[in-house]
Amino acid sequence: MSETTTEAAPKRDSRNLLREIAESSTLLIILAIVASLLISGVLILIADPEFREALKYFFDRPADAFQEAISALSAAYGAIWQGAVYNTDGDDFAEKIKPFMQTLTMATPLLFAGLGIGIGFRAGLFNIGAQGQIIIGATLGAMVGFMWHMPFPWHMILAVIGCMLGGALWGFIPGILKAKTGAHEVITTIMLNYIALNLVSWLLSLEAFQREGSDNPQSPVMDETAMYPTLFGGQFQLHLGFILALLAAVFAWWLMERSTLGFQFRAVGANPSAARTAGMKVSTITILVMVVAGAFSGLAGSAQILGTQPSLTIGIAGSIGFDAITVALLGASRPLGTVLAAILFGGLKAAGPALQVQAGLPVDIVLVIQSLIVLFIAAPPLVRFIFRLPSPRIVKEVAA
Amino acid sequence: MTAAAAPTSMAPTITLRAARSWGVPIALGVIGVISLWVFGLGTESGQSTTFAFARSTDFVTIPTLTVPSSATATALSVLALAIAAYAAWAVQTARRFPLWAAALYGVAVLGALLTWAGAGKTDTSIQVTGLLTGAVVLSVPLVFGSLAGVVCERSGVINIAIEGQLLAGAFTAAVVASALGSPYLGLLAAPIAGALTGAVLALFAVKYWVNQIVVGVVLNVLVVGITNFLFGTLLRENDNLNQSMPLPRLPIPGLSAIPVIGPTLFNHTILVYIMYATVAVLAVMLFRSRWGLRVRAVGEHPKAADTVGIKVNRTRVRNTILGGAIAGLGGAFYTVAAGLAFGQEMTSGAGYIALAAMILGRWRPTGALAAALLFGFANSLKDQLGIVGSDIPSQFLAMLPYLATILAVAGFVGHARPPAAEGIPYKK
Repeated sequence: MSETTTEAAPKRDSRNLLREIAESSTLLIILAIVASLLISGVLILIADPEFREALKYFFDRPADAFQEAISALSAAYGAIWQGAVYNTDGDDFAEKIKPFMQTLTMATPLLFAGLGIGIGFRAGLFNIGAQGQIIIGATLGAMVGFMWHMPFPWHMILAVIGCMLGGALWGFIPGILKAKTGAHEVITTIMLNYIALNLVSWLLSLEAFQREGSDNPQSPVMDETAMYPTLFGGQFQLHLGFILALLAAVFAWWLMERSTLGFQFRAVGANPSAARTAGMKVSTITILVMVVAGAFSGLAGSAQILGTQPSLTIGIAGSIGFDAITVALLGASRPLGTVLAAILFGGLKAAGPALQVQAGLPVDIVLVIQSLIVLFIAAPPLVRFIFRLPSPRIVKEVAA
Repeated sequence: MTAAAAPTSMAPTITLRAARSWGVPIALGVIGVISLWVFGLGTESGQSTTFAFARSTDFVTIPTLTVPSSATATALSVLALAIAAYAAWAVQTARRFPLWAAALYGVAVLGALLTWAGAGKTDTSIQVTGLLTGAVVLSVPLVFGSLAGVVCERSGVINIAIEGQLLAGAFTAAVVASALGSPYLGLLAAPIAGALTGAVLALFAVKYWVNQIVVGVVLNVLVVGITNFLFGTLLRENDNLNQSMPLPRLPIPGLSAIPVIGPTLFNHTILVYIMYATVAVLAVMLFRSRWGLRVRAVGEHPKAADTVGIKVNRTRVRNTILGGAIAGLGGAFYTVAAGLAFGQEMTSGAGYIALAAMILGRWRPTGALAAALLFGFANSLKDQLGIVGSDIPSQFLAMLPYLATILAVAGFVGHARPPAAEGIPYKK
């Protein structure tokens, strides 16, 4: 280890190239994913009865255990691949790429909400309230969708605006509380998640929100005119929301990197005191950040209510609000990173049914993989330690 | 007030003797007026409400109490308004608003609410003992969870993973109790699972300096994933690994025969008695022992603590693991103490409510106990009103704890100040 520290000027030879690769963050991300798959693999093996059976006589015939392990793992990871990327058993091309289309559909709400949460992170705000913002956004969008009736583009546009307003409102509350009283946004947003859930639960018990002929708490179905149209016809679920989400990513990039407002967001995130000294209104900016983040989450609600689940229920937000936190973390709060992270986690979500049918595994293994990836990404030294990679030079020089 | 928007700065915030805060009297007054309007004047005259206290098993039976609804609710609301006026006078003259007045206020408003809810119901009565017993039982995981939060955060580590620790404890308690055939062994195993979760939190937060809120949130997802996965595979294939293994109820001789108080406090499983002991021990240790002083020093000013030779990171790791163990023990409530088999995500957000209870209790064990009891009471009240049948949608009662927490952190009702070094990794 010591010879690298004495090296003064790094030369462009092959050893340095290897070193650069070893230190790159892309490699770290890949290794984090590998480590997560390995650890969740252990869990899959524990749950596999044939493997446990083979373990009992491991010392007599170790090959059996390995064989069972390989078959169990390849079934699981094969199912993820087939369910999220490319279905080799499909009859025609459309059937074959259907899983990937499903991945993009699942990625849509994650992308919207992840972008909003990322903007919050960069402004120094930890918004755990995406869940509540999605619920309220979807509720307002749903009200526009089944209470009003009008022709196609206008109805959809109004419904989308409704979703954004709902999310923005639910972001405004913690924003103004933080700005005016200093109430920590982590606590207030968690509480607002539960309040949103109870609010919708109550709304769904009202006459106006009851679907005719149904005893379950679910609203009437949205008008077709309010829904996002599908992109490639009825055979894929992928809808206009995905295009909007990509545009939203571009907008988020422009907002944070090119606009004055975004500069102020970042300045407040980096150092609120300095921002205040520079004449920025920190409290107003805090409120604005939360409103923008809420509006993005509201759009995630639109991807649900106007895209894949055209009826308001208690579970309208699924676990998107929390998954989106992991998306934003994995994407390092940058729009491009968030797009890639949303597609990765969307793929894991889309693989759920295939995991259940083909490998007979509960979909929850996806949660394990997802959270492990984020944990590893968050702690690069741990990944380096696991894979015995050298530490970055800067750290070493300081230490030496 | 905007100066408080930068909680991360290490600069000592000098709070002058709170410039008279009118938040408390105003809040009390508003609630009092609502109580008078809705419960007092909203009840038709001529109806009556019945309160039942005793259970058939009690040593002494207390007769049921039947009162005229409208007059009683009005009188109680007026009493509440009088206490609000007293609070205003106390603020005006810069006197302390005593705790007994606050407690009396709570009893008055709740009494008015219950009188109103039970008005005109001839076939059912308000089960006071059932209400109070339910409050104690339902608050058990919240008390353990909020104590876990206190132990971690006093040393400077934010523990959002309480939810995951509760769930891990519930799962492990059920599986170990079923596998080994003894609920007590399950109770022993639960804190180990919680401590493991706490150890992971400590590893990432203290050793790798990862944002503690991030680790906590992600750990919650991880524990949900692992328990759901094992529930769907291992436990589904082996029914005998997940059975109902109820802890026996241990009535304390003598004490448990006291009417109302006995069943409420002294006729529970061992977990509830452990809870009493944990609160008492932590309340004393945290503020009266060398250990407590060191923990608080590490949480308030780690550099100063380090200077006098206290191992900052070691203290934090130990406390995070200890906190995890406490929360894990609380998780046993859901399975062995409640006599249920493990169910997917059966803690359903209690960890987050425990976090709120810790903040409402201002990072003190006794305060956390009081706040957790309040939340448990709100839950029990929701159940009781569901039995009696009331016009308040249950969802709004369910919202109350969350609203109360928001009001508390927003500083409307007193100001809560977290440990100064909370959430900041200590880098030597």
